[in-house]
Amino acid sequence: MGITRDEVAHLARLARMSVTDAELDALAPQLEAILSAVARVAEVAAADIPPTSHAVPLTNVFRPDVARPSLSAADALAGAPAAEDGRFRVPRILDPDE
Amino acid sequence: MTDHPTSPVSRPAVPTTGAAVPTAGAAQGDVTRLTAAATAAAIAAGELSAVEATRAALERIAKVDDTVHAFLHVDAEGALAAAGRIDQRRAAGEPLGPLAGVPLALKDVLATRGMPTTCGSRILEGWQAPYDATVVTRLRAADVVLLGKVNMDEFAMGSSTENSAYGPTRNPWDTTRIPGGSSGGSAAAVAAFEAPLAIGTDTGGSIRQPAAVCGLVGVKPTYGAVSRYGLVAFSSSLDQAGPLARTVTDAALLHAAIAGHDPLDSTSVDVPVPSVVAAAARRDVRGVRVGVVRELSGEGYDPGVQAAFAAAVDTLTDLGAEIVEVSCPHFTYAMPAYYLIAPSECSSNLARFDAMRFGLRIGDDGQAGAEEVMSRTREAGFGPEVKRRIILGTYALSSGYYDAYYGQAQKVRTLISRDFAAAYEQVDVLISPTTPTPAFPIGAKVDDPVAMYLSDLCTIPSNLAGGPAMSLPVGLTDGLPVGLQIMAPTFADDRLYLVGGALEAALDDRRGHPLLDEAPAL
Repeated sequence: MGITRDEVAHLARLARMSVTDAELDALAPQLEAILSAVARVAEVAAADIPPTSHAVPLTNVFRPDVARPSLSAADALAGAPAAEDGRFRVPRILDPDE
Repeated sequence: MTDHPTSPVSRPAVPTTGAAVPTAGAAQGDVTRLTAAATAAAIAAGELSAVEATRAALERIAKVDDTVHAFLHVDAEGALAAAGRIDQRRAAGEPLGPLAGVPLALKDVLATRGMPTTCGSRILEGWQAPYDATVVTRLRAADVVLLGKVNMDEFAMGSSTENSAYGPTRNPWDTTRIPGGSSGGSAAAVAAFEAPLAIGTDTGGSIRQPAAVCGLVGVKPTYGAVSRYGLVAFSSSLDQAGPLARTVTDAALLHAAIAGHDPLDSTSVDVPVPSVVAAAARRDVRGVRVGVVRELSGEGYDPGVQAAFAAAVDTLTDLGAEIVEVSCPHFTYAMPAYYLIAPSECSSNLARFDAMRFGLRIGDDGQAGAEEVMSRTREAGFGPEVKRRIILGTYALSSGYYDAYYGQAQKVRTLISRDFAAAYEQVDVLISPTTPTPAFPIGAKVDDPVAMYLSDLCTIPSNLAGGPAMSLPVGLTDGLPVGLQIMAPTFADDRLYLVGGALEAALDDRRGHPLLDEAPAL
């Protein structure tokens, strides 16, 4: 199964990551090589094998429902790229015409 | 270099393993050559202060780290202040832990208050975590002295530490070669005597492979044994923090200090920590059934690695262990399954680096929208390997490919767990070389991701199945260390230390000194 330069560009868009033409030129053949190395998983895993998502499965993990200290607003905002009035300041999230 | 110690200083007149109290003032020798156990014992006996031990480590860092480049951040002030408090408490007669006053290098993937946490990435350059990871909390509670943060492949993705945004770390045995990865800074710091202990993390071999190529003991505990709270996630179902040290006993002491249930990590398991320190000291493997994994040998394995491994197997036989050849037929599919599962989880986990709440933000000019800022920031902030894996994971999880890739990989994970379960019906532990080759030259595989991924061939199965595994040094090939891997069933971490401790003692006896004494002077 191949992976084209256009597909890589599409995947990068899905991952919200700009890529340059030079990066696309390098990534497409590298991903192609990786995919051909990993495609072997299809050889062995049959329909009757259940999938494993977690090696040491745990279910219904709860902690007691009690209040405990948490980060202060100042601590939470200390590493923010931009903050204003005790909140994260972010670039606009809507199109200006909407 | 064969058997002649070329260390720059004479070995201290104290035991290099075990916790016996040194007799002849440890402070007079080179403190940085002491094991963690000997350092702690000397401090407990009042022969050495925590401040002296810390200052010795800081001086060593100042002397050799320009060459090795293990450290991304040295917190000299914080380390000396912590050491001073430990000395005061000792003087006041307060009880201290078994590692009190011992300096440690912390992989820069663990959230640490008062220091940067970069994960080796531009996207977190200068970022300071507002809280401590549970591993860090436990180390501070154990009175371990945190020297600073050490280098790593960006977000722990790599096998050479060349993927750090802050430049490569060098192998102290040969500074033209890689120290392994992703915990390459952790391994190099310990092998260069900058610290007796380090914390690494292991998702596909990132503790064991650097330990192997730097001549150290490194352990990936059972998944869930050590809390992941505050460990910046790469692949959540595989990531596990663990110890790197110069001896099996030192690794056990650090393992015991960091392991244990943590309500802040819902994947942390609530079972007692196995008696790893006692197991390391037992030195008796008579009757222990040791399985040699047939699939982790042969073509692609360096002859020098195979020879050192075979000699170690003979030593285990001499010690009375029962050696059995075991087949794990699906282990050959572990690498392909891993490079679907880990990138898939990575593409999801790294979505949090969105330029909104922390870290880098590029292109926020008041006009650009959030998505554009996000895309430009991620382009500028991530390096090539992280981008490759995010795109690969996005692909493997996309509709139409999900069943063929991610779904199939999860089934392979089941088959690998079944291989382990079948093997452990016959044997108590499994062994293999840790890596197919010794340390390779810096730059040799940087443009060939698939060749790089083969470094983790032997280590990945334990991550996929969750069991604990150790690498310990068993010899040299062409002057470079060779590691042997011991694997055990989940929650039987003590078996690693039982077998590792006995093998280490026998090899050290035969050699007359620890392997690391043969490393060239820096």
